Amino acid sequence: MTSKIVERISGTGVPVRGNDIDTDRIIPARFLKRVTFDGLGAHAFEDDIAAIAARGGVHPFRDSKYQGAAVLVSNANFGCGSSREHAPQALNRWGIHAIVAESYSEIFFGNCVSLGMPCFSASHDVVERILAWIESNPRSATDIDVAACTLKMGDEVIPLSLPAGAKGQFLDGTWNARAQLLANLDKVRQVASTLPYFTDYQ
Amino acid sequence: MGKNLYNKVFERHAVEQLPSGQYQLLIGLHMVHEVTSPQAFAMLREAGLKVAFPERTFATVDHIIPTTAAERARPLSDSMAEEMLVHIEKNTLYHGIRFFSPEKGEQGVVHVVGPEQGITQPGMTIACGDSHTSTHGAFGALAFGIGTSQVADVLATQTLAMSKLKVRRINFTGRLNPGVYAKDVALAYIHRLGVNGGVGYAYEFAGEIIDGMSMAERMTVCNMAIEGGARCGYVNPDETTFAFLRDLPYAPKGDAWERALLDWQSVASDADAEYDDVVEIRGDDIEPFVTWGITPAQSIGVNQTMPALDNFSGSERQVIEEAYDYMDFVPGQAILGVPVNVCFIGSCTNGRVSDFEIAAEVIKGKKVAKGVRALAVPGSMKVKVALEQKGIDKIFIDAGFEWREAGCSMCLAMNPDKLQGREICASTSNRNFKGRQGSPSGRTLLMSPAMVAAAAISGKVEDVREVM
Ligand code: SF4
Repeated sequence: MTSKIVERISGTGVPVRGNDIDTDRIIPARFLKRVTFDGLGAHAFEDDIAAIAARGGVHPFRDSKYQGAAVLVSNANFGCGSSREHAPQALNRWGIHAIVAESYSEIFFGNCVSLGMPCFSASHDVVERILAWIESNPRSATDIDVAACTLKMGDEVIPLSLPAGAKGQFLDGTWNARAQLLANLDKVRQVASTLPYFTDYQ
Repeated sequence: MGKNLYNKVFERHAVEQLPSGQYQLLIGLHMVHEVTSPQAFAMLREAGLKVAFPERTFATVDHIIPTTAAERARPLSDSMAEEMLVHIEKNTLYHGIRFFSPEKGEQGVVHVVGPEQGITQPGMTIACGDSHTSTHGAFGALAFGIGTSQVADVLATQTLAMSKLKVRRINFTGRLNPGVYAKDVALAYIHRLGVNGGVGYAYEFAGEIIDGMSMAERMTVCNMAIEGGARCGYVNPDETTFAFLRDLPYAPKGDAWERALLDWQSVASDADAEYDDVVEIRGDDIEPFVTWGITPAQSIGVNQTMPALDNFSGSERQVIEEAYDYMDFVPGQAILGVPVNVCFIGSCTNGRVSDFEIAAEVIKGKKVAKGVRALAVPGSMKVKVALEQKGIDKIFIDAGFEWREAGCSMCLAMNPDKLQGREICASTSNRNFKGRQGSPSGRTLLMSPAMVAAAAISGKVEDVREVM
């Protein structure tokens, strides 16, 4: 059993500048009080949006020129903090299909893989160039090629990076690991039988 | 060269290397709570799968549960909270999973309950849909916070797809000065190594200071490994670990105890173990720390002043500017004397018996400052009962603290306990992110229980060493 193959993401971008944007900001805790992920997209960045609006500004997630964007671009340590999958779910349900940032928290990165939403990295300077380009070309689509690991903006093709393992999973549709994990259940039971705390004194 | 605990434990739980290069890792203990599990159980239901090892899965309710007896009456007045509670009750019943419930007096923050029941043991792999699962590493286990899809993976297969990590040993040498606690040790290594310094690493906490710590203190240190970006953090098991586990409900008994001891001793890092990196932090250099910003690394010693912008450049400077802007502080400002509105003692970082005992020492015979709201929220119902048996609750109540029922409470305010507006909270929890404590503009200063207690009495940030 495989999931959908993820080899190309095309769409406009949305620049969310800043380091250490944590998952509490991506989806505030009060929106975790639900038993499904439905409707989370409407609340992505809700408190940041309100805080910026209170000063007369507009957060990129509410800015009309970025509506419909598919590629989120941010700086370092994006998605740090809580392990809540609600954060990538909220972004995904808002419309995001790929993220480009300087770096990520590992749990967030893994959560995005299991949603089929690749997180590419690039150096600070490259990320700044992409951010600037999106800000001056909000209506122009970017085009991400997963196999080549590139982002095309205008005539420029920018190399990005994605760990080989995750890349392979997007390209062969095994990014949802569960099927593979299930296939080995016999071996799992066998390994468990060698561990004293599974067998001797549990 | 010998092996470190991370590699020993990883190897004996590795089922197979996956085509992605990750490993399928057997998970020995799966802890579940109400916030990140309902969607995972739904994924199982949709795929027609069962829980593979229900006897290795344990659950409790912590995030959404109110912390006053009246508010805990069922059905909960917040219908969404009630629905989440009903879901965990039904899902655990249906799948035959042990649920540590309020009715049985066993409920509490998931990272407090596992250890106090003796479920968390050395040499295990542990997963929970909660980032502070790293807490359990205090027992010499590899403990990982995971997302909801992975919770479904563990429910269905008792395994996870995991990458192999590097291991950084952090040696804490010398000793801690009076008034300096495990929480300060945690804030110190995050300050030193940064909020993403641990990315790609497991942290091994070691050295004389860690050796001399109680299990509660080790849990505080491991709890915040995730705030330093590490995927997990652990302490090698030793006599302190074994003495703690002895006689706990789920600890091995009789002959099995002796066999378990041998096994637990064997997983500890060898004396000549190899590490990818080694860092030393001297106890003398650790002061009572207070965070002034919006990440746990934005901290200073209580007598220091907030950093100048010129010390930072590029995007790091942006975060610092953002922090000043949000907190409404200015560079060069002292943290000492900053007025606080709310004081919160609790959470999986500092919600154990000894945390309240230390705070009680500070507040004994004193009164909470006028206008300050102070909450004492035990990490579990068992912690609460233990403190009440010792009469510690009286000290808090006499001082003017609200003495509450167990739960996550104002650590992230998914229950009724919330900051209002721009309030500043002196908090023993682990995150000072924007909006973390329930008000989108609320402000959090992280510090040790002793420091929060001192702040409660004086109504402003205080150096606990001056009032001890
Ligand atoms: S106490 Fe806070 S950090 Fe710990 S599990 Fe609860 S919400 Fe998370």
